[in-house]
Amino acid sequence: MNSSRPNLLVRAVPLAVFVFLCAQTAFAHPQKGEAVGFLTGFRHPISGLDHVLAMVAVGLWGAQLGSPAIWVLPVAFPMVMAFGGMLGLMGVPLPGIEYGIALSAILLGAAVMFEVRPPLGVAAALVGFFAIFHGHAHGTELPPGQSALLYSMGFVIATGCLHALGIGIGTVHRWAWGQKLLRVAGGLVAMGGAFFLWKAVV
Amino acid sequence: MKDATQSRLPRYAFVVFAIVMCAIPAKAHLNSTGMGPLYDGLMHFLMSPEDLVPVLALALLSGLRGASYGRRALFTLPVAWLLGGLVGLSAVTATPHPFIAAGWFLLLGGLLAADAKVSLRMTTALAALLGIYHGYLNGTGMGQIETAAVALLGLVFAVFVLVALAAAFVVQLRAHWARIAVRVAGSWIAASGLLMLGWAVRTR
Repeated sequence: MNSSRPNLLVRAVPLAVFVFLCAQTAFAHPQKGEAVGFLTGFRHPISGLDHVLAMVAVGLWGAQLGSPAIWVLPVAFPMVMAFGGMLGLMGVPLPGIEYGIALSAILLGAAVMFEVRPPLGVAAALVGFFAIFHGHAHGTELPPGQSALLYSMGFVIATGCLHALGIGIGTVHRWAWGQKLLRVAGGLVAMGGAFFLWKAVV
Repeated sequence: MKDATQSRLPRYAFVVFAIVMCAIPAKAHLNSTGMGPLYDGLMHFLMSPEDLVPVLALALLSGLRGASYGRRALFTLPVAWLLGGLVGLSAVTATPHPFIAAGWFLLLGGLLAADAKVSLRMTTALAALLGIYHGYLNGTGMGQIETAAVALLGLVFAVFVLVALAAAFVVQLRAHWARIAVRVAGSWIAASGLLMLGWAVRTR
């Protein structure tokens, strides 16, 4: 009986070492991987209603204004938003982000509601100004451990899709009833913005 | 004597076993498709957005400029990629710099979004630089030279096909909105580059 114990021990040690060395990577909270990075980035802009309202409103306003605003505004917004995101990632502070986001929904919604037709440069500057707040918020809220490239791509593509949704809805502008519908939609966006502004203040 | 040999064998086996199990992951970044090195290289390109997106941007840009630009990119980029890759095969490992990767996205995406009137010479230079840089990075991480050369050929083939398809697709676009959609894609690529730049600064 005594002679069999050392043999068991000698066999057990390599087995134990084998088990420890074969340990797999722990799937702890910040999930890593390229698909996760893309999906996290894609989900980010559509996860907050305040962001969604403003981005759809950009598409609606572009559709109301027609060419070239219909494509200039949705191109300007992601570019300037990415610049804001870059500032957020670099840790450059920006005051009043929540107010800026809420105000963007109010003003863009109001622009759609009243069918405001400013010069193209003014419209692009207004959209670009508010895009900085949206981008900065996304940049500072970035979760750790994601693929930078795919997160960025998912983030930008989701924003573009929201603009495309707004433009798609905005195509009803060609009909008289569609114009009224768009104005109502603009009013709803502005009301949503007012709600988020009230939440930010309180 | 025989007893001593037998008693040392489990120790040697144990040490060898431990060394083998402690092997760190290889830095070579080719994933096996199970279909040979040619397809490994091809799939590597298609599954690597840091390689694929700048190539796509250059192909779209050259397509927007016209057929002669597309043809120039079609032959310059794969050849430069192959040359860069062959140099990289014999080099020590190189780490891709995140600022340069973001720079390619910004430059090519920005030119595409602006529908920049780049000259044929500039298109050639961009294709050559992009190919040499990315090819070199690909070559350094491919491991054994025999299979890596074949993998590199698969990769270059994928570059050729992508440029051919994307540039030809854009060259024949006539509708105004379709050409604008291509430019919008460029703005998305440039915007991704800006975010990558911010990320690179943050993680430095």
